[in-house]
Amino acid sequence: MSKADKEVLLDIRDLEVHFETRRGIARAVNKVDLTLYKGERFGLVGESGSGKTTLILALLRMIKTPGLIAGGKATLDDGTDLIQLDREQVRQARLKRVAMVPQGAMNSLNPVMRIGDQLMLTMREHAVEESPPPKAAQLERAIELLARVGLKPEVARLYPHELSGGMKQRACIAQAISLNPQLILADEPTSALDVVVQRQIMQTLRQLQHQLNATVLLVGHDMGLMAQFAERVGIMYGGKLVEVGQVEEIFHNPQHPYTQLLISSIPSFETKGEFKGIPGVGLSLLEPPSGCLFHPRCPQAMPQCSQRIPTLKTVAPDHLASCLLHEEDADAPAS
Amino acid sequence: MPPLLEARHLRKVFRSGGQRFGPSTETIAVSDFSLSIDADKPSFTTIAGESGSGKTTIARMLLGVLNPSAGEVLYQGRDVHDLQKEERRQFRKDVQAIFQDPFEVYNPFYKIDHILTTPVRKFGLAASKADAYDKIREALRAVGLRPEETLGRYPHQLSGGQRQRITIARALLLKPKLIIADEPVSMVDASLRATILSTLHALYRDFGISFIYITHDLTTAYQVSENIVILFHGAVAEAGHTEKVIKDPQHPYTRELIHSIPVPEPGREWIDEAVEEKEVVDIEAIEAEEAAAGCRYVLRCPQAMAQCAAAPPFYRPEAERAVACFLHAESPVLESGDLNEVFSAAADAQR
Repeated sequence: MSKADKEVLLDIRDLEVHFETRRGIARAVNKVDLTLYKGERFGLVGESGSGKTTLILALLRMIKTPGLIAGGKATLDDGTDLIQLDREQVRQARLKRVAMVPQGAMNSLNPVMRIGDQLMLTMREHAVEESPPPKAAQLERAIELLARVGLKPEVARLYPHELSGGMKQRACIAQAISLNPQLILADEPTSALDVVVQRQIMQTLRQLQHQLNATVLLVGHDMGLMAQFAERVGIMYGGKLVEVGQVEEIFHNPQHPYTQLLISSIPSFETKGEFKGIPGVGLSLLEPPSGCLFHPRCPQAMPQCSQRIPTLKTVAPDHLASCLLHEEDADAPAS
Repeated sequence: MPPLLEARHLRKVFRSGGQRFGPSTETIAVSDFSLSIDADKPSFTTIAGESGSGKTTIARMLLGVLNPSAGEVLYQGRDVHDLQKEERRQFRKDVQAIFQDPFEVYNPFYKIDHILTTPVRKFGLAASKADAYDKIREALRAVGLRPEETLGRYPHQLSGGQRQRITIARALLLKPKLIIADEPVSMVDASLRATILSTLHALYRDFGISFIYITHDLTTAYQVSENIVILFHGAVAEAGHTEKVIKDPQHPYTRELIHSIPVPEPGREWIDEAVEEKEVVDIEAIEAEEAAAGCRYVLRCPQAMAQCAAAPPFYRPEAERAVACFLHAESPVLESGDLNEVFSAAADAQR
């Protein structure tokens, strides 16, 4: 499928999130451009501190001080800019348009509230209608949601501590899909779960995504999970998006040196006793290097990499990378 | 010569509740576990399992910090809970631990030096302060850290990967014979995992230190270890030479586990694309029913048979592998239950 026959769901332009600290401004999300299409599964990868979680929190308008959205747009298909919404509009957009499946399901549910009540509460809170439907109808809807994620109706009467980790994560997914959102933001939804359960949860998420024709933005650092779930993948480093492309392109033909190192550092059953890491240490957002943020760790760094900031350039059809190796006029002096 | 460390039929049962909150419940964390680590031949053994499989409980019993409900842990032939003062010191020096969370093992008020000088002082490893620092610098270099960039700093000034390497350097200072590493890389970024694992592997290869590597991650286990033990709900499902167990799993659980790993190769049908018809099955709901006697995997096993109501012994379909499954009932039984027999056979086959 080429770009032309896909409809854009969300268009993120120049999104910036800053954290103001005593030692200066940390640019956690640094002018990110990203387009998400309807019904696609997009994987956003990066190491800890790369800004991937901050990006999705910004889309949900959940950035708290000392963080702030310093600029940019995130426009939905009907022209709504998520960044410009006021309080009431944010309430209406959450769950109805954009929903989130959190990382630690165990910390995301209210421990003193039954699962069914939590589902009903969130549906009421984010409903657009003035008067909520009768209680019986709400409960029916909650049980239907539980069934869709593979949980029995009895779960509605249980408290979170009575559920296993996988069941809690399913309950969170039920909550996320309760108002049929178009965009589901999933932040490492299975990082706390075992591999067998992980596979089942991802299967459930895949099924629901298909039924709702929703777009899923999956954030994480497990390249194996990305390879199996995502159709397109974006790589973040130091708050910047450094490469975006179809999943096969990213894994078989990575163009950014960071992506190349990331792919080659994945342990597999093919390579025994080979250990390939990424040299150097992760960057400090408070004292970022000049030019390309990755150049101090890059094995292919050139002199101009410390002077010029690369931008995302098309390197192949539907494949963008931000590296001076792919900029034709890279030798020209910085303007 | 007795083995360096030997676990004989370890069993651990945790009891909870009881008294006024209704009847007490028993959880069998480890049902029957035997393993010995040779003093003269270094080995690299992985104990792999999901959360709740009992892998950390085994580690804690081997370290002598948790009392088994039955069975014993022997250090050079003597029960670790029954050691004399000097033997206990020697045990604490020979068997070192590396824990999962490199953020929790440090006291934030002390500089890095403190965690490294304490063992030197306690075990009298150095003649003078200068000698102590020489040894510390040497240990730091062995794990790939630059002493001048590490010493004199506080834990919060270092990254997770650096902190974990300092805990390895600390263990190394004591010149141990065995390191028990409980999920040493699960909290560090993927790009650093390789570096830390290669450090551990180098200590095994170059210094002859034996390792028990405890993990839920079979890919890293495959990278580093010679032998592997697959645990399921406190019982060993399969054990043997890593290459054989991972590449050609024989226990139905090992197969399920390996097929569940998302491989970094797009288009492997890890997710069933026939999305509509498939009914969601909740394996955890099945597990809540818990098979008490018999094979612990029976409720989830696609090949369960009537005889699975009894606990299977270890069958040995080949010298380098033991499988606790009646599907291999025609193979000879591993009478001792000591997995080291299987591992030694694997080591001999390698030679």
